[in-house]
Amino acid sequence: MVSEAGSGHPGGSLSSADIVTALYFHVLNHRPQEPKWPERDRFILSKGHCAPILYAALARSGYFPVEELEGLRKIDCSLQGHPDMNKTTGVEISSGSLGQGLSISIGIALAMRLDKQPGHVFTLTGDGESQEGEIWEAAMAAAHYKLDHLTVIVDCNGLQIDGFTKDIMNVEPLTDKYEAFGWTARSIDGHDFKEIIEALEWSRTVEGPVAIVARTVKGKGVSFMENQAGWHGKAPTDEQEAQAMVELKEQEKTLASEAQGA
Amino acid sequence: MSEELKPRATREAYGAALLELGKLHDDVVALDADLSGSTMSKLFAAQVPERFFNVGVAEANMMSIAAGLAISGKIPYASTFAVFATGRAFDQVRQGIAQPKLPVRICASHGGLTVGEDGCSHQSVEDIGLMRMLPNMKVVVPADYNQTYAAVMESYDTPGPMYIRTGRPLIPFLYEKPPAGLGAGADVLRAGSDISIFACGIMVKKALEAAEELAKRDISAEVVNISIIKPIDVDTVAASISKTGCAVTAEEHSIIGGLGDAVMEVSAEFHPVRIGRLGIKDVFGKSGSPNQLLEEFQLTSGHLTGLAEQVLASSK
Repeated sequence: MVSEAGSGHPGGSLSSADIVTALYFHVLNHRPQEPKWPERDRFILSKGHCAPILYAALARSGYFPVEELEGLRKIDCSLQGHPDMNKTTGVEISSGSLGQGLSISIGIALAMRLDKQPGHVFTLTGDGESQEGEIWEAAMAAAHYKLDHLTVIVDCNGLQIDGFTKDIMNVEPLTDKYEAFGWTARSIDGHDFKEIIEALEWSRTVEGPVAIVARTVKGKGVSFMENQAGWHGKAPTDEQEAQAMVELKEQEKTLASEAQGA
Repeated sequence: MSEELKPRATREAYGAALLELGKLHDDVVALDADLSGSTMSKLFAAQVPERFFNVGVAEANMMSIAAGLAISGKIPYASTFAVFATGRAFDQVRQGIAQPKLPVRICASHGGLTVGEDGCSHQSVEDIGLMRMLPNMKVVVPADYNQTYAAVMESYDTPGPMYIRTGRPLIPFLYEKPPAGLGAGADVLRAGSDISIFACGIMVKKALEAAEELAKRDISAEVVNISIIKPIDVDTVAASISKTGCAVTAEEHSIIGGLGDAVMEVSAEFHPVRIGRLGIKDVFGKSGSPNQLLEEFQLTSGHLTGLAEQVLASSK
């Protein structure tokens, strides 16, 4: 998809892939044929540059035809470089300017509470994104409003555009920070489906907002992209794409046989 | 005008109308950023506490939370001072509200220099320009208490995002009771044939005073209250300048980006005439009493009269 578009953000999309997959195909209570179903859970992509993984999940869930993914970032196509809620079915908010999604999620959660709707809001942010001040304004507010039906998942891949987050501007310790702001927080392996699903389901049962700090690998699953800041916002060439797809298909097979054995 | 209408601040009308909307409509919610006593959203907070959210000193967070509420079907009214609503939270307003066309009403008080003694950090002289630049944003600057009340009441049913600017000072009434609505947002308060005066906010009253003075000098001035700066009522503005052949504008805002520019854009495109702009001349404000500031920054009926005479003389 990103290769076809010639630009985009593969690194963070891959680090979030397992989390987003777990959400759309196991955790979220949603109806792709009725996208505005009032009782649905919401998935809010705050790190909007990872639009490719959101679009892939939406298409595979049935919100729109999978063939539309080829139109990513192209003129006259609904799939914008960063998500646009008015252009793409299933996209809950427009995002792209980092730091706003958690605050918007608070507004959505407050409205759900006023309307006595049962849905839960799952918001995906990034560790680099956590350098934005608005994230911490929102962290303060979500705890203050005691939002039981809000979970933030921080895709903590340790990298941002200019390098390692620990070198550019250290955001750690993230679980301690969220706890200090009044949240319940825990850290998980963001590539272990069992752990991801267990944590997301658990977060529904906790009083007050929950932060799940997911330790991930940027570019996960593609050997030459893993842990490389350079793959934050660059499209692979045709050859690189072919190699990436071979590697990912291999892992798909392994996962499938593991699932059968389990 | 009846005697009992003592000057009142437009922000007070916002507070009263917001409370009324809150009582009328269950989907109205209000937000403030620790200035509810100044913006007057405190009236709503006291009587509709379950739908009021004071987010503390965090304007960016407030705008994004308002966006989330609007996405979920609420009609949010978000208030703080104009300088913070438009400057501090510009990106949240741009990306989170204007671009997705969400029905958030940004009701900013303390617009302009008449904030007074707090000085330039709190005086918004560029808010109209900032909001006017945003696609989808409707920009409203009411001229008195009653017109503000009407604007806020009418906003409930208006699609898309809106910016409504109110002020701190007590100002005289122009409308004896709240009008039914703002219409197209250009209200010809006095007909004239020699020069058009387009004014907004507190400057409308001063424009009427200037027209009175000009009449004594045998100059017939038409006074138009522009309450909707964007989208501006092109027909009324063009018709007025076509008739008079020249114009002045008056606003408590920078001469760049506000009402003056909006009127000049209409003129340049549809009927080019000479236009003089009375406003803040591309500088920041300072501390002082509101009236001292209006005098020092030349925003008085006297300065407007002088500018009108100059423009008229040079366009003959």
